[in-house]
Amino acid sequence: MQKLIKDGAIQENTWTLVAKADGEAIAVEVPAGQVLIPVAVWLAQKDQLQNRTDIGVWFDSDETADLIGADANRFPVIGVNFPLFMDGRSFSTARLLRERYGFKGELRAVGNFIRDQLCYLRRCGVNAFAFSNPEANLEDALKSLNDFQEYYQASVDQPLPLFRRRA
Amino acid sequence: MYIYDEYDHSILRQRIAQFRGQTERFLAGELPPEQFLPLRLQNGLYVQRLAPMLRINVPYGMINSTQLRKLAHIARHYDKGYCHVSTRQNIQYNWPDLTEVPDILAELAEVGMHGTQSSGNCIRNTTSDQFAGVAPDEVIDPRPYCEIIRQWSSFHPEFAFLPRKFKIAVTGSTQDRAAVQVHDIGLEVVFNDKGEVGFKVFVGGGLGRTPVIGVAIREFLPEEHLLSYLEAILRVYNLFGRRDNKYKARIKILVRALTPEVFAQKVEDEWQHLKDGYNKLTQEEIQRAKGFFTAPAYETIDNAAAQAAVDAQAADSIAFGKWLQRNVREHKIPGYASVTLSLKPTGVAPGDITDAQLEVIANLADKFSFGEARTTHEQNIVLADVKKTELFALWQECKAAGFATPNIGTITDIICCPGGDFCSLANAKSIPIAEAIQRQFEDLDYVYDLGDIDLNISGCMNACGHHHVGHIGILGVDKSGKEFYQVQLGGSASNDASLGDVLGPSFGADDMPAVIQKIVDVYVANRTAEELFIDTYRRIGAAPFKEKVYAKAN
Repeated sequence: MQKLIKDGAIQENTWTLVAKADGEAIAVEVPAGQVLIPVAVWLAQKDQLQNRTDIGVWFDSDETADLIGADANRFPVIGVNFPLFMDGRSFSTARLLRERYGFKGELRAVGNFIRDQLCYLRRCGVNAFAFSNPEANLEDALKSLNDFQEYYQASVDQPLPLFRRRA
Repeated sequence: MYIYDEYDHSILRQRIAQFRGQTERFLAGELPPEQFLPLRLQNGLYVQRLAPMLRINVPYGMINSTQLRKLAHIARHYDKGYCHVSTRQNIQYNWPDLTEVPDILAELAEVGMHGTQSSGNCIRNTTSDQFAGVAPDEVIDPRPYCEIIRQWSSFHPEFAFLPRKFKIAVTGSTQDRAAVQVHDIGLEVVFNDKGEVGFKVFVGGGLGRTPVIGVAIREFLPEEHLLSYLEAILRVYNLFGRRDNKYKARIKILVRALTPEVFAQKVEDEWQHLKDGYNKLTQEEIQRAKGFFTAPAYETIDNAAAQAAVDAQAADSIAFGKWLQRNVREHKIPGYASVTLSLKPTGVAPGDITDAQLEVIANLADKFSFGEARTTHEQNIVLADVKKTELFALWQECKAAGFATPNIGTITDIICCPGGDFCSLANAKSIPIAEAIQRQFEDLDYVYDLGDIDLNISGCMNACGHHHVGHIGILGVDKSGKEFYQVQLGGSASNDASLGDVLGPSFGADDMPAVIQKIVDVYVANRTAEELFIDTYRRIGAAPFKEKVYAKAN
């Protein structure tokens, strides 16, 4: 199984990503075991799935955090997808999940984000990174996590903007 | 002006190190070109027709003599001995070597300069009024707020991959010299009826393919909410702006699609969550920012005596008098004036400046203007704080250095993008058109008689030369591989912002001087004593101009 970066270290990825399927979300079969399912599938099958603790959801870049809102904390893992690395909507979705909806679990970037986005993603509250590119070099990618160690803005990792901390 | 402290320097050093690593990975083949592309753009580096182009930010146009000397050094050692002042107050180098760019950036960082976010789909350099802090008509100095925005927008983790580029401009004067209504966000610093400071907020203005005048979505935003409100606008745009078509990705398209009312409501809803968070500005921070833009050590000067001396010198020298009339403007402090150094002599690409000239400006700034200068979006340079009694001496030095062309605000003070000579986006050349028009209007007395005329030229519809808001706008177009020029009349970037109307079919390059001459002739034949070109156009409309320009030769 492919590894991922989580909390600043390379770890085993124990979650299986269920891709979006054609057809109705209600008809998608959700496999057993730790699975990350499309948020639309969760919303359609919430009644059947709500007792499972091994389910996480993932947001595509055109799906907004308010689809689950304060329910976020019922999931151990939430994914935010990058269909293309230039599609930056998931940066906002990540912040909203953390800051507005108080999500405390693992927030995982999935899809085609690139190493050079890791620091900003971390700042937006993402703490796990599962590259879709199987050739991504995780040891090298780790180096980009802390491209910046000081920041002007408030964000998830540092809620105080520099102007409130400046000596 | 703002001076970097250890925090600013440390953040910038981290950025330089990051980009050095990215460049090395690219050159080693470890970073694919399509991934390197947005990274290099966000560090100011384009790959252009002939060579890379490196764009360096001049935050809201403020620059000091140390920085000017560094720019000169870069031009001399890493480029071909010159650079270019852009229409967004920035500096562009046209011939750097990609492998040397990290070194250039490291050198610039020593003086607190950089190219970050000068390009790419992110928040760009905030622009402002080149006479901020010194203009007699200023209500509130916008620069402290520009600096607060600069810090907030620099390396913002959420907004580095927006649907498209994003430009913010701020004005604090009754006359808008920052063109705030043609920016993604335009801010006008104002007092409310209780005497509190805040902002009138415009959104969705812009030029480019789809020119739009911005709409005011908030009449008064209290100053402490500046950042939370900007963050709300940017978040709505980041989440809902179109990403399927780059030509429909600017915020103006979103504002139009939703309607300004619905867009404003979405921003309001988002802002309600953010407004009382940590981004709320403290009075300490506002005062700290203001502390960088206090008045320099002005002397107490008898304005009447100083003015009398200047008038006497002007009586002796017609050339000095002309320069005073066009390139010097009133200052809020008695006995002082603001001087615009013209980068528009005939035969030089508008906005181009050599290494030696940069050093001259640095020296002039030290000698005459407290060591500071400003770049302007009209592509000139301003010395903002000159004693009237020293104007004559300054003029003589400007003349020797080639900055004294007394044409500010006239038809030959042309705003012009680099065009097809340099830019890989351009459909047509723009610099030779500017020069041909300057040659057509070489008689200075005649040019003065014509009064203020904004003539703007863009080499393509991306509109870097702001042709939509020129009183006379010229747009280069490509017709089956040949360069043609479309003329627009009636644009304005000021308080009465308007977009020009296309006059009719386009013209060949050789016809352009005569076409502009005919347009000017129609103005001269129809104007009243008080009217500027734009006033006459607005009164009589396009028809008389069309008639004259497209009349069949007989």
